[in-house]
Amino acid sequence: MSRALRRYLAPALVFVAVLALWEFFVRAAGIQGFLLPPPSEVVRTVSEEWPVVWPAGLFTLREALGGLLGGTFAGIAVAFAVSRWSTIRVGIQPLAVAAGSAPIIALAPITNQWFGITNPLSKMAVVAVMVFFPIMLNMVRGLTDVGGAKLELMSSLAAPDFTTLWKVRLPNSLPYLLSALRVAVALSLIGAVVTEYFGGSRDALGVYISQQAGLTRMAEAWAGIVVATLLGAGLQLLVMGAERALIPWHPSRRLTLA
Amino acid sequence: MTSPMVSLRGVGKVFSGRKGTRTVALQGIDLEIHSGEFVSLLGPSGCGKSTLLRIVGDLLEPTTGAVSVNGKSPARARHDRDYGMVFQQATLLEWRRVLGNVALPLEVTGMSEPERTERAREMLKLVELLEFADHYPWQLSGGMQQRVAIARALTLEPSLLLMDEPFGALDEMTRERMQMELMRIWQETQTTVLFVTHSIPEAVFLSTQVVVMSPRPGRVAAVVDIDLPQPRVFETREKTKYFDKLVEVREVLRTEEE
Repeated sequence: MSRALRRYLAPALVFVAVLALWEFFVRAAGIQGFLLPPPSEVVRTVSEEWPVVWPAGLFTLREALGGLLGGTFAGIAVAFAVSRWSTIRVGIQPLAVAAGSAPIIALAPITNQWFGITNPLSKMAVVAVMVFFPIMLNMVRGLTDVGGAKLELMSSLAAPDFTTLWKVRLPNSLPYLLSALRVAVALSLIGAVVTEYFGGSRDALGVYISQQAGLTRMAEAWAGIVVATLLGAGLQLLVMGAERALIPWHPSRRLTLA
Repeated sequence: MTSPMVSLRGVGKVFSGRKGTRTVALQGIDLEIHSGEFVSLLGPSGCGKSTLLRIVGDLLEPTTGAVSVNGKSPARARHDRDYGMVFQQATLLEWRRVLGNVALPLEVTGMSEPERTERAREMLKLVELLEFADHYPWQLSGGMQQRVAIARALTLEPSLLLMDEPFGALDEMTRERMQMELMRIWQETQTTVLFVTHSIPEAVFLSTQVVVMSPRPGRVAAVVDIDLPQPRVFETREKTKYFDKLVEVREVLRTEEE
């Protein structure tokens, strides 16, 4: 009981406390609504604007997921090649690390030009490039950080390379892939929303947020951010569900299993 | 006497370092192992005993000399699955339950699912862990994990069981129990064992022959026959003859140090 209490009640209390503090601070200091609206007003605006912000959120979610899917598949595919042929690894690794630390979001104005500002592909392209590097680098580590003894074991069984890949390297890579996915999921929403700040369809959440903020309708802008946060949390829950299903044996999951 | 199962003639191994350094790990090893024997390679760290084991198991190639196993090259023997390997760490696949780990070699050889489950269960019965078939490796103690590894190594009924300090990571009490267990399994399966250890009592208690090795370069100092009665039991360690053999092996090691 006390463990469950700590797990759910404590975060809930902190959350409520932060909101209460925010509310109190805004009212006590007399901060104007166009600078920082109190949370009560944001909540009210979310429910008022729901028919607009929720579809906008789903529009942006589609872009984020499209890019996420493309970048993830490309990252996994390249990781297979890179881990199989060490020459490719030596050639590609420094470039990948350098590119992975570049602010890829800076590509947004360029992809907007390439694909057209209202074309979802312009957002998906940024997202795909953003998630590609963490997925690829983690996947390579997952496929190669197997441990010499396991490889010796497979070798002593005269297992073909494909068998070792399928039965050892691939399962070994799953925790690496899933922890990369957690990062990628957050990146995908950032990529989609921020690219929309540089222009996009009128149906998009990023466009809505930047327009409302431009009109100093801060409660509306915050409502858009709340929706983006809800979508991000939803995606995180999906990845956690995948972890539960795919890697029940992993140390990070052992507490719930035992 | 029949022709030996394993025969090594003038085997040497040189490791070349990065800056052209050469380390002579083994030099002029002549050794014969006959079917049904339990042979230990005993010596201090750096005497090349693990290297020698890996040369026999075709995980390393000798620089000089000739090796034959069952009248074949070690590579041929490995592809015929003549070997079972047990490492210092249990090296279980943590995403597989105990039964799946024991069945791994059978999967590699392409045995059908019902057959391999039956065979894996038999092996688990042999190491007395059948009731843990559905556990994950991390739910087992170190000694139990190593018993699973032994069961896995025996599933293909290898003619030669290669063990690389399999009990080195276990505490003394568990270690003695594992030694008894291994003696029982050896009696039941009649397999030939090549066992690497740096424990004198362990080598003397388990073996029919102890190959004493000395370092820099690694070579065979002496082969001591351990003609203690079979089966080896708890009381074996209390026999005068057991102590005599300990002294004999220890003397060889000491004269080598000087």
